[in-house]
Amino acid sequence: MSAQHIPSATVDPQAQPAIEMIDVHKWFGEFHVLRDINLNVRRGERIVICGPSGSGKSTMIRCINRLEEHQKGRIIVDGVELLDDLKRIDEVRRDVGMVFQHFNLFPHLTILENCTLAPIWVKKMPRKEAEEIAMHYLTRVKIPEQANKYPGQLSGGQQQRVAIARSLCMSPKIMLFDEPTSALDPEMVKEVLDTMVGLADEGMTMLCVTHEMGFARQVADRVIFMDYGQIVEMNTPDEFFKNPQHERTRLFLSQILH
Amino acid sequence: MSTAVDMPRFVRAREAEALPPPNLARGPIAWVRENLFSGPFNTILTLVVFYLLYISVPPLLNFLVFDAVWTGADRAACRADAGGSESGACWAFIWDKINYFIYGSYTISERWRVNIFFSLLAIGVVWLLWLKAPRRDLGAVYFFWVFPVVSYILLTGGNENFSVRFWIGFAIFGALIIALFAFVSALLKTSMRPALILGGGIVAVIGVTLALVDFNFGLEHVPTSLWGGILVTLLVATVGIVVSLPFGIVLALGRRSNLPIVRLASVIFIEFVRGVPLITVLIMANTMLPLFLPGDMTVDRLLRPLIGTALFASAYMAEVVRGGLQAMPKGQYEGAMSLGLNYPQMMSLIILPQALRIVIPGIVNTFIGLFKDTSLVAIVGIFDLVKTIEASRIDPDWAAPTIGLTGYAFAALFYFIFCFGMSRYSLGVERRLAAGQKR
Ligand SMILES: Nc1ncnc2c1ncn2[C@@H]1O[C@H](COP(=O)(O)OP(=O)(O)OP(=O)(O)O)[C@@H](O)[C@H]1O
Ligand SMILES: [Mg+2]
Repeated sequence: MSAQHIPSATVDPQAQPAIEMIDVHKWFGEFHVLRDINLNVRRGERIVICGPSGSGKSTMIRCINRLEEHQKGRIIVDGVELLDDLKRIDEVRRDVGMVFQHFNLFPHLTILENCTLAPIWVKKMPRKEAEEIAMHYLTRVKIPEQANKYPGQLSGGQQQRVAIARSLCMSPKIMLFDEPTSALDPEMVKEVLDTMVGLADEGMTMLCVTHEMGFARQVADRVIFMDYGQIVEMNTPDEFFKNPQHERTRLFLSQILH
Repeated sequence: MSTAVDMPRFVRAREAEALPPPNLARGPIAWVRENLFSGPFNTILTLVVFYLLYISVPPLLNFLVFDAVWTGADRAACRADAGGSESGACWAFIWDKINYFIYGSYTISERWRVNIFFSLLAIGVVWLLWLKAPRRDLGAVYFFWVFPVVSYILLTGGNENFSVRFWIGFAIFGALIIALFAFVSALLKTSMRPALILGGGIVAVIGVTLALVDFNFGLEHVPTSLWGGILVTLLVATVGIVVSLPFGIVLALGRRSNLPIVRLASVIFIEFVRGVPLITVLIMANTMLPLFLPGDMTVDRLLRPLIGTALFASAYMAEVVRGGLQAMPKGQYEGAMSLGLNYPQMMSLIILPQALRIVIPGIVNTFIGLFKDTSLVAIVGIFDLVKTIEASRIDPDWAAPTIGLTGYAFAALFYFIFCFGMSRYSLGVERRLAAGQKR
């Protein structure tokens, strides 16, 4: 069974997909990292992407907000095609939040300033309003009391939750997560995953690269398995875990689930 | 049997209270033993250092302070054959010449203007450098615009009497600047309005500045050939410092730019200026700058080395700043970009504040180097502090064996105070900035 006939849930023909990737290819020099990626993400859909190291997962989701440039094919995010126009790209990035493996908080700014920076400078929001919004999201990720500390003074799990709050302050339509828990100690993983589950429950469109299979089972609408720069298998989580179709998927699952 | 079974079970019944940290302060004798005589090697080192201090400090103090001549009207005080003392510094000489060392040959009746300049400079420096000063944003406007304009008018006398042709030229130049900003904004595909406002603002500020300089305030004109001493030294250093930091940042960003022409221009400038000695730059600025300009335009004799040192320091500054930019992890750029910040915002809000902080020691190092290098302007005939000392040293009224030494000791003291001040200040800033953010 190939990626094409997934039981793709009935798409409302009017609703524009949140993300469309059509025949996307990318090379790093000679190295063909992404090969023939086709992916349609509905609004409100939660997608988990897994696969062995080096298979191109990060590269794929980084193409969605143009942190990497694709060289062939089309990527359309929220109705805007990613071309060379820098202004359009900044617009797309405004609507697409991203959470990184290593948080990428700004160490010279306090937690609150980290969260208000983009609303103030990109959305031209008054400082007061931006701070209210920031405190709202910091409360939601359960760390309002850290607002005036610097990132270096927080634990890894807290930093990652700040990173999530920082993205949410821009009220993004889509959230990308690139292994948000893999730099964290086990006891901190749960607090970050809980935050992500809460976000999923509210209907955020999410693409998560993660190896947390419990999370995939709990929230994902679809699970994607990538290998050698291709989407090898894509299915509902139930089917994906119970009944992996592809030999490589089975091998991978047996390795990470034992 | 596993050991776990044998282990006595323990459950804490009461919370352990938080205690204040133990007092680690020790007496002076314990301190000396621990820090100076903790082992044979350390002990030998301590003794050697003490010996070196013993043979160097007392003679120095004797010369500079205890045996020094503090008062006197001419060479007699510092000549043994005339009943004076030759074993110590002749501070009377410095005291006698101090006005020349401070103002050079600046018109005597107009020296109050220089004093106001010194005060304005001090106000600006304190306002900007004192981190808790009120309204430091206004301080920046003061230091980078009000102060230079006022100083220029004060020191030269203003009243430039620009011709109509000059103003027409300026209008064309202004239009070109605005067009350039519009072009760059189109190139970077950012929005046009802020670029036009920025370009228009710059032209307006330059226009107002020129109008002020043009205005007749009734001050007597003092040609730069009369300026000298500490006035010139501080002037060259300040201009160099104020120009080299922003210009160095621009060059560093240019060198890392994706636009090949910008990058090439930055690389050529940096490598060329860094590849030649400052003396060469100064001589070239002195003799070649006029060749590049249209025939009827002359560049002031003092302005030439001023430009030369500023450009020279900029090239070094660019490399220092580039080091900071290179130390920035890619994640910071990506974090900023993923939030939708555009390039200028990303650089000014995220990357540069962190990169510059990393290279504060390098920046201050460049400033200190620049401050001392200002003494080289003497090569092209500018009377900076060292040159005024040189000139006074051979004054027959003060012909005495210790005069030269005293003069250079004075110069050394002057340079040391300023450079050491910069160094201490930067250490303080580093500590302060590190306090909040490091774990
Ligand atoms: N900037 C780059 N230049 C050259 N090659 C790169 C670059 N970034 C990634 N690659 C290569 O592209 C491939 C895919 O990288 P990617 O980071 O997308 O993998 P991944 O699936 O996210 O792996 P991991 O699970 O280890 O994060 C890897 O082989 C990597 O070495
Ligand atoms: Mg990755």
